[in-house]
Amino acid sequence: MNVTPSCALEVKGLSVSYASHRAVEEVSVCFRRHRVAAIIGPSGCGKSTLLRSLNRMHDFDPTVKVSGQVVFENQDLYGREIHPPTVRKRIGMVFQKPNPFPKSIYKNISWGPWINHMRGDMDQRVESCLRKAALWDEVKHRLHQSALSLSGGQQQRLCIARALAMNPDVILMDEPCSALDPRSTACIEDLIADLREKYTILVVTHNMQQAKRISDDVLFMYEGRLVEFGPTTQIFSQPRVAQTQAYIQGKFG
Amino acid sequence: MKRRWCKDVLFRWVCGAVSMFATALLLVLLVHLCRQGWEYLDSSFLTQFASRRPAQAGIKAGLWGTLWLLALTATMAFPLGVATALYLEEYAPQGRLTRLLEVNIANLAGVPSIIYGLLGLAIFVRLLGLERSLWSGSMTLTLLILPVIIVSAQGAIRSVPRSLREASYALGAQPWHVNLLVVFPAALPGILTGVILALSRAIGETAPLVIVGAVGYMRFVPTSPSDDFTALPLQIYDWASRPQVEFHQVAASGILVLLSILLMFNLTAVWIRHRLQRYPS
Amino acid sequence: MESGTKAARLELVEEPVGELLLRRQWVNYKDVLLKLCLSLATSLTVLTTCTIVLLIGKEAFAFFHMVSIVDFLLGTQWQPLIEPQQYGVLPLVVGSTLVVVLSMGIALPLGVFVAAYLSEYASFPIRSVVKPFLEILAGIPTVVYGYFALTFVTPQLQQLFPAMEVFNAASAGIVVGIMILPMVSSLCDDAFCAVAPELKEAGYSLGATSYEVFRGIVLPASAFRLAAAVILAVSRALGETMAVTLAAGATPNMEWSFLKSIQTMTAYIVEVSLGDTPAGGVAYLTCYGVAALLFGITFVLNVLGYRWMRRTAE
Repeated sequence: MNVTPSCALEVKGLSVSYASHRAVEEVSVCFRRHRVAAIIGPSGCGKSTLLRSLNRMHDFDPTVKVSGQVVFENQDLYGREIHPPTVRKRIGMVFQKPNPFPKSIYKNISWGPWINHMRGDMDQRVESCLRKAALWDEVKHRLHQSALSLSGGQQQRLCIARALAMNPDVILMDEPCSALDPRSTACIEDLIADLREKYTILVVTHNMQQAKRISDDVLFMYEGRLVEFGPTTQIFSQPRVAQTQAYIQGKFG
Repeated sequence: MKRRWCKDVLFRWVCGAVSMFATALLLVLLVHLCRQGWEYLDSSFLTQFASRRPAQAGIKAGLWGTLWLLALTATMAFPLGVATALYLEEYAPQGRLTRLLEVNIANLAGVPSIIYGLLGLAIFVRLLGLERSLWSGSMTLTLLILPVIIVSAQGAIRSVPRSLREASYALGAQPWHVNLLVVFPAALPGILTGVILALSRAIGETAPLVIVGAVGYMRFVPTSPSDDFTALPLQIYDWASRPQVEFHQVAASGILVLLSILLMFNLTAVWIRHRLQRYPS
Repeated sequence: MESGTKAARLELVEEPVGELLLRRQWVNYKDVLLKLCLSLATSLTVLTTCTIVLLIGKEAFAFFHMVSIVDFLLGTQWQPLIEPQQYGVLPLVVGSTLVVVLSMGIALPLGVFVAAYLSEYASFPIRSVVKPFLEILAGIPTVVYGYFALTFVTPQLQQLFPAMEVFNAASAGIVVGIMILPMVSSLCDDAFCAVAPELKEAGYSLGATSYEVFRGIVLPASAFRLAAAVILAVSRALGETMAVTLAAGATPNMEWSFLKSIQTMTAYIVEVSLGDTPAGGVAYLTCYGVAALLFGITFVLNVLGYRWMRRTAE
């Protein structure tokens, strides 16, 4: 298994099918380390399905079948000897709708490290994660209040902080701003720009302008297939495939 | 046209009147009980044992018996019911076997309570040799209310949003973390509401206890789960089945005590539902 | 505390990356243990059913060894405890039937009207008063209903029908009817609410009155679930014990009269249990003969009702 060191995650011939139809077909792509990659495409094209197959979130639905390889640190994540919870620890995820636990803000962050017996001072870990997620100043005086009392944008940043607490290498974000207002969206976008220094980030979005603003690479999918993958500037200025151009110009989708 | 309109109005009025009538039935029942039971209902009624003279009759033994039964039944039925519900919702594979399990539970919920009494008599009283003790009584009641608890707990667990489970799995959690540390606490208010309502059914159950062999006339308070016992509804049954009118009034006093306990339970359930429910679905 | 050490503190938290992805142990014992415990608890429900069936089957088998099953099911004399013994169960069946018929005669029409009112007409405040009232009515123990029948319903009825005995089928049937009314009305309410609103709107848009929509659209559309509600209510009324024991008496007879004292199947089981009957004796075994019949009937009704309920739910 040879992997170019710059690949944080390499997808090789990945197909995902539900009981009745194939959602992702034969996708192969290399996501570069410490870059932000945006996955775009019309709704129902398999963006989220692809993203969720990268940290084995499909394991809980017995109707989903995954074939192909996802290579991470020279290991195929779908190999037989792989331990899925550890995969999810290393490859964190932020969901479409903010989904904090119905616990305090502090416990939301400390829960993941706690169940995984991670060493280190928990107070420091909570503070550093909240700082990285640009939430510390807003919540430092009410760490022990319920996370559900936060606003939607704050909740989503809390969810990002929660994912950071596991100290992952890769963070998958499934339309993280689709349920948020423009101000919170801007806040999250700034956050993503800051985080790319330390993490590899994959963002699914249906918002092309957002993809243009935040990403280094863009992956365009259509009907389960990878149509085009390349640097953002290239994709938006001179796409190689006609379909990509049509989508970017808003002719369909 | 006029006839159609009249029919419509008539139907509406009949429906409304019948509903008011059904509601009024409860009031009639309560007023009747209060009028009958008022005379003997005083503090000594709660602190005296059953007696051959109506004026000195009390429900101390029944009250304590019911409290014992309640505690024992709750400690057995709560974990068993929740465990079964968790298994059915989170572990059981989709398929015929699981459907069969659910049909079985629905059916158990419909088995007449007196059959549970016969079951308790044969298994707990005779086979396990527990005699006519609180153990036998509470185990029988546990089996009786278990299906009710399971079904309501299943509903509560199902209403925990999927996104919470996903959030925990995405943090590297194992299934047991997710089920015990996330799903169970989130479903707890709903589960508790169901358990309390099921327990309030257990408090009022008489027939299975009659079969298991609780006695109607007892002049001591049980001190351990292996003691003989009586319970409020049994005491009431004993009084109501006597021919003297005075004892009917004593029975009504007992019923008022029983109903106030049930009312307390229901209010607690309502309170939990409103205060602790963090996911209004 | 705020700024000076911040950078250092942030660094401190970082851990060496590159944790192994491999399984450290093939089986996570905590997960297996939890699953084992939960499935053990679940197996208790299966065990309960099996025990009920085996127990009743075994004792009933012993009983039918002594009494022929034909004599039991078709005999018209029930006198198992005193000489000369007669083991015809029909009087008990008649007693149970009287109570079921009268209680359903009350609960079904009332329940349907209440449900129609709640689902079609009642405003929210009225609904939120009537529903809890019905729930309380459903939560009242059966022994209380028995007491109510004995001390309130019977004296009232005796003024109407002077020939009425102190223990009689009528008052028992009436209170059992009141008792299952909440169950019937809530099942019917669910059934009516499950009818697709588009269907009703289609009716209204054709100019139908709400009564016509109810008769012509809602009732037929919810027929299966109504039938299921009736079946489950019958099963419940059949299994009802304390109210009938207190109010209906202990005189098995075949007279089909609401005014007389009767005995139901459940009341017989209670009567035997109250006396000190030795295990294994004939009287003890008759109990299980009756219980087998009762369990058989309610089992069939429950399975049928549950099926019809789900059939339309999908």
